Amino acid sequence: MAKVVEKAQQEKEALISGSEAIAVACKLADVDVITAYPIRPYDTVMQYVAKLVANGELDCEYIVAESEHSQFEIVKHASAAGARVFCGSSGVGWMYAFEALTVTPALRIPMVAMVGNRALDDPGAFGVEHNDALAVRDLGWQLVWVDNAQEALDTALIAYRVAEDRRVFLPCAIACDGAFLTHSQALTKIPPQEWVDAFLPPYNRGDLLLHPDNPITVAPQVNEDWLMELRKHNDEAMKRSKNAVIPEAYRDFERIFNRSYGNPFFEEYQTEGADIVLVGMGTLSMPVKVAIRQMRKEGKKVGFVRLRWFRPFPAEDLAETLGRFKAVGVIDRDYSFGSPHFSGVLATEVRAALYPAAKRPPVVGFICGLGGREVTVPDVRRMSEMVFKAAGGEPQPLITWIGIRE
Amino acid sequence: MGRLFAVEIVYRGIFQKNLAKNISRGIALAAKHDGKVGISFGRYGDSPERNGIPAKNFAIVATDDETLQEGMAKYEPKEVDISISVDDTLCKGVESWAWYGLQPINRLLKPGGTLIVTTMHGADAIITMCHRKEFPYQLALLTSIPSFSGLWVYKDDHTDVRLLGAIAKVLPDLFSLTSVEKAIREEWHDELKVKSAQKAYERISTRVVSPAEGNPEKPYEFELPKWYELREGLAIPSIPAGKAMADPTTQQTGGFRPDRNPTFKKYATRTMRPVVDFDTCVKCTLCWLQCPDSCFDVTPDAFYDANMEACCGCGVCEAVCPVTNCITMVNETAFADNASQWEMWKKDKTGYQTWLQEKIQHKPERSHGFRIRGQYEQQIDTMVKDGIVDTGTSGETITEKVVTDVGEASAGG
Repeated sequence: MAKVVEKAQQEKEALISGSEAIAVACKLADVDVITAYPIRPYDTVMQYVAKLVANGELDCEYIVAESEHSQFEIVKHASAAGARVFCGSSGVGWMYAFEALTVTPALRIPMVAMVGNRALDDPGAFGVEHNDALAVRDLGWQLVWVDNAQEALDTALIAYRVAEDRRVFLPCAIACDGAFLTHSQALTKIPPQEWVDAFLPPYNRGDLLLHPDNPITVAPQVNEDWLMELRKHNDEAMKRSKNAVIPEAYRDFERIFNRSYGNPFFEEYQTEGADIVLVGMGTLSMPVKVAIRQMRKEGKKVGFVRLRWFRPFPAEDLAETLGRFKAVGVIDRDYSFGSPHFSGVLATEVRAALYPAAKRPPVVGFICGLGGREVTVPDVRRMSEMVFKAAGGEPQPLITWIGIRE
Repeated sequence: MGRLFAVEIVYRGIFQKNLAKNISRGIALAAKHDGKVGISFGRYGDSPERNGIPAKNFAIVATDDETLQEGMAKYEPKEVDISISVDDTLCKGVESWAWYGLQPINRLLKPGGTLIVTTMHGADAIITMCHRKEFPYQLALLTSIPSFSGLWVYKDDHTDVRLLGAIAKVLPDLFSLTSVEKAIREEWHDELKVKSAQKAYERISTRVVSPAEGNPEKPYEFELPKWYELREGLAIPSIPAGKAMADPTTQQTGGFRPDRNPTFKKYATRTMRPVVDFDTCVKCTLCWLQCPDSCFDVTPDAFYDANMEACCGCGVCEAVCPVTNCITMVNETAFADNASQWEMWKKDKTGYQTWLQEKIQHKPERSHGFRIRGQYEQQIDTMVKDGIVDTGTSGETITEKVVTDVGEASAGG
């Protein structure tokens, strides 16, 4: 980005929720088409967007669809026609859109969506679980978890930058834990428009634009002679996202916004000199960090790695980092029934990432905080103790459910 | 390793889907009675629910299970002992519903393999339609009209078992006539069908087709692109809009010829083609307007010329033409090429009228299913009279044995 940024401009601070932060990012990104269909906790972002439109602060097509499936289809088509789009859902609403969700990356649509993480029915439940967003993990969606409103706002801007890069052209979902992030307000810095304009170039679909002046057919029916080549195309795009486009975007973000996220893919907290680390995603970082500070005071060398980007998954980088420790505890706010060792999704991915690594510490898996249940500081301490035991050579179960009544 | 046999049945989508299935099933069943093992399957990449689209069934037979696995390890056979064409117009070449290019009917035949064609024509007419092959092969003709044994209704005319009898004759190593008889009794419980198979066995004869015989044209084909040569999401450029065309006699340019997809021509779907009497055409535009494939070129003198590279032979133009006998659908076997009728007419109007009247004599026996109620019964009667198929000992005929078989449910799409 060669553009000169007016540094004299100041960020404004506002007390907003994670959902509102994403709505503000939509305004700053000057999104053209937004579709909505209510479901808690995503619907909070929908309300804030409606308010911005009503107040004349955001000029966009705002369409309340008749279902999540249509909601995602509408923005898919708008994006194909060159519009910057935003969409989102939660829990079974996200699942109801599933057909649209599968075709969106396949068509190379750089949609940005917010998933307000919510447990999947039945029984009906509002609380956070990560299984809704994780359902698209194999399809070409980029998936990023954030843990506070500031990161939600910043990451939404980064998501547009990454998704709309022609080297990528894959959708990106920003996963926000229901309640803990979507419904709690925190002081958040809102950057001036000029900075955003310097960071985020206009969406240019190039020769893939659906327009009468550029007549193309998109995704005709194909047979076995064609599909493998298209899958390879998307595979390479995801690799470019991981190896080039995401790192570039974070570098530029730091330069323009003066706010650094360090390694784009994961946050390391008090890992220096640690014997063991915990790994997790989303807002469980709060109790984990509190517990770590307590334990550090007691001389227990424990750190935390909070994974942001689940897709693309930073396998080599993460494996190298985790290899520094004697044992690793992975906290899953999700489940994967019947999966290897009956673990969570994250633990399985971490183990897969470690397998080819030179140093492979034992991985102790935990299922915790399902359905929005609080992950408590004592929970974190208990998990840490087990990981310490594993580090000391005392084998631990591959998976343990924490915080369950028994 | 034992011996592996492969037979393909090339048929017209939907109209002959059950017929093809019956034949490939019959092969596997007859092989079983011959002490062999076999499987029967439809070519998965085809779209046999689409009207008239060329599609394939395969039967693979082996002398033992491990050899059969060698055949099953492939998506489809790369070479076959026998190709069966159950509609003689398929001999002009086969283009499936997707991008394959045009494939000669005899493309998969092994050296010395046999092409069996159901037809009312003689060998010379069939050979003219088939593309040349680099080595000699056998041609066997089974006298028959194209059987209409489709997805929803199975009008039995014994084509299935007659082909089984023919196979027993041309490739006795695969199975004997006795095995065919046993399979028919087991599968269909029908002595009349056994008799039809026996008769076909007795009558079928083959002749060698040399590499010098047949259509010398190279069928159109294209290179499949590398993955990095494709645009993201398989966005493909549209076909250009098209341009004016030239009058071969006056060199005057005008009119409009739409550009067409160079990798998917679809004309192998055609079993009949429209012939146009330009002397009576009133230029009403209806054929051009209603053609679902936009196959009509608009000529500089404002006639509508059905382009045979693009025509699927649906017959809508004939149906909508308001002028009596101006557009007539004629069986595809009457034509040797895809040349422009309008150009022929412009160059020699008298000669064209002679050509036109001669072609109209070839109006179809049957194509695209039945054209009138009771046509099936009429045709069976004719086939019995001509001695193509038999009556039973007590005078019973095939028509009393009509079976209704809705076949496999199909999701289509």
